[in-house]
Amino acid sequence: MSAPTTTAPPVVAGPVTAGRTAIRSRWAPYLTTFRYLALFGLMLFFLMPVYALVITAFKHPAEVSVSRMWELPASLSFASFAAVWPKLQDGFLNSMMLAIPAALISSMLGAMNGFVLSKWRFPGADAVFPLILFGMFIPYQAILIPMTQTMTSAGLRGGLDGLILVHIIYGLPITTLIFRSYFVGISDEIIEAAQVDGAGMLRTFAFVALPIALPAFAVAMIWQFTSAWNDFLFGAVLTNRNYWPITITLNNIAGGQSVPFNEAMASALLACIPTVLVYILLGRFFMRGLMAGALKG
Amino acid sequence: MTQLVSAPAAGIRLEGVWKRFKGGVEAVRDINLEVEPGEFMVLVGPSGCGKSTVLRMIAGLEETSEGRVLIGDRDVTSALPQQRDVAMVFQSYALYPRMTVRQNLGFGLRMRRVSAADRTRRVNEVASVLGLDHLLDRRPGALSGGQRQRVAMGRAIVREPRVFLMDEPLSNLDAKLRVSMRSQLTLLHKRLGVTTVYVTHDQIEAMTLGQRVAVLRDGALQQCDTPQTLFHRPANLFVAAFLGSPSMNFVQGHLAGGAVRFADVTVPVDGGSSLADRSVILGVRPTGLTLANGNGWPTMSIVPTLVEDLGDERYVIFELDTPRVDTEATRAAVDARAADDALLTPDERAHFTARLPADAPVTVGEPLDLAVNPSRLYFFDPETGDTIS
Repeated sequence: MSAPTTTAPPVVAGPVTAGRTAIRSRWAPYLTTFRYLALFGLMLFFLMPVYALVITAFKHPAEVSVSRMWELPASLSFASFAAVWPKLQDGFLNSMMLAIPAALISSMLGAMNGFVLSKWRFPGADAVFPLILFGMFIPYQAILIPMTQTMTSAGLRGGLDGLILVHIIYGLPITTLIFRSYFVGISDEIIEAAQVDGAGMLRTFAFVALPIALPAFAVAMIWQFTSAWNDFLFGAVLTNRNYWPITITLNNIAGGQSVPFNEAMASALLACIPTVLVYILLGRFFMRGLMAGALKG
Repeated sequence: MTQLVSAPAAGIRLEGVWKRFKGGVEAVRDINLEVEPGEFMVLVGPSGCGKSTVLRMIAGLEETSEGRVLIGDRDVTSALPQQRDVAMVFQSYALYPRMTVRQNLGFGLRMRRVSAADRTRRVNEVASVLGLDHLLDRRPGALSGGQRQRVAMGRAIVREPRVFLMDEPLSNLDAKLRVSMRSQLTLLHKRLGVTTVYVTHDQIEAMTLGQRVAVLRDGALQQCDTPQTLFHRPANLFVAAFLGSPSMNFVQGHLAGGAVRFADVTVPVDGGSSLADRSVILGVRPTGLTLANGNGWPTMSIVPTLVEDLGDERYVIFELDTPRVDTEATRAAVDARAADDALLTPDERAHFTARLPADAPVTVGEPLDLAVNPSRLYFFDPETGDTIS
């Protein structure tokens, strides 16, 4: 009884092992090691600026010098941050007041666009969508002068309101694309069920479509917040000194020749904290599973 | 007010309804159908026959290209779904994933601005009828398939609509649950008395659920009648082939002198002398064949090629020495079933199935005499497929 079972496995396993040894070359282990070493080396190379940024920012101002820039700080010091924060503060607040509404409103409008372009279709939806997407491919610089003139004659130049408006509009193509792609993947039957249940377009959107679009909302928010926060050009053109966003303040601190490295690095580090935080906070909504249980399963 | 449904049942009338999609596909062609108030009407047909489109046109989810849709006495042809007072159960259930069962059930009432107190009462009532009480605070994701199905059903019931529309609501359940839900549905309909239109491709579901069944093919209504009538007096070859399991056997035959001749068998036809001489497609239900028992019915000698034992009955499959009937109608009908009796081996000869009692002495390969019940024969025109009577 045991004879057939003991002879059978080698027959089955034989070709498989043979196949594996045939494909693997003698040098395979060395190749793998080399590949990882090369990747690791590249990683270190690309992380060098980040390393320099972080350690310089935390060094005591007296410790900072070009010849010793790669050395770790002797002790952690927040002196650079303390020195730079008063200069950065206004820009930081301006950017907050700019990026949060710009991201929220742009995502909200994008959600509406995406909904009517995919789930509550109207005649001509197929023509409108490419037109909206077209906006994504127009470079900032191309519209700079007409935009500035329009905003000036509309009386929206100088303050944050105009800048917010510009970021909302410039964000629409990408947020529309994000939400449309998301809604396309959602079953039409849920929307139809809401219709039969008596909900019109607005209530279907608000009660049924929007709650299941949280992952898309997170993606759109991260994208919009980051691009509004990081924008320099529009801020420089559309705002006056009192409403400069942080990118301009940062440029003024770090751009000069006489500025100590440690202050430049500390302000750069402070300026990038919010975008990283937004990613960490909203990133968890990226998870799948918000649709769980809607359909047959 | 203790009754679950207070609104009087409304009938549905389709008058010359057409649906043409962009690109010229005619999904529904000139359907005239009257659903009585309180009736359970089943639309059945192979996939792509337009049955779901008809349902969606009643719901208002699909525009009507031509014709009129009436619910009660109201012309709703151009009314939006939310204006029609219908409730629909979808094949995928389409529950709202971010809402609890309670919110799912109450959503339709909330949209119709039913007061919160009324809403709570009705949701609780329906939940207890469907045994969902203990699940009210869960989200659909935490429910089993059968529970989700009941929530979908409850969402329709709680609305107290004038019409229920159901689009293959049982097709995602496993076979056992489906059978028990089927009888639950019949009981529920008896209790609520709401006009129901139910779409399915499963002919057994159609026969067991429907007070009347409308058979569709290629967007056109073939026949609409009670299950009994459809089964015993099919209007054409397609209806005959589509309904019944195992399905009807077909063979080329010739009517002459009050008898029909097929293969090497001659069967006298009741009142057949009035029929003109002609060639026909002859249909025999598997129950129209019995063991030869000397009761005077004509017999045929066959050799079983396959015997399927089902416990209390057995299906005996055998070949006839005559070409297989292969028309568009029979092929369309076979397409629709779960290929359970499609031919595995291509064979040009006709195959018959006989349904015999389990104790029938049948052995594969051993010759056997079967009797043909002359009163259970069906004749169809080979050209049009229409029933000849």
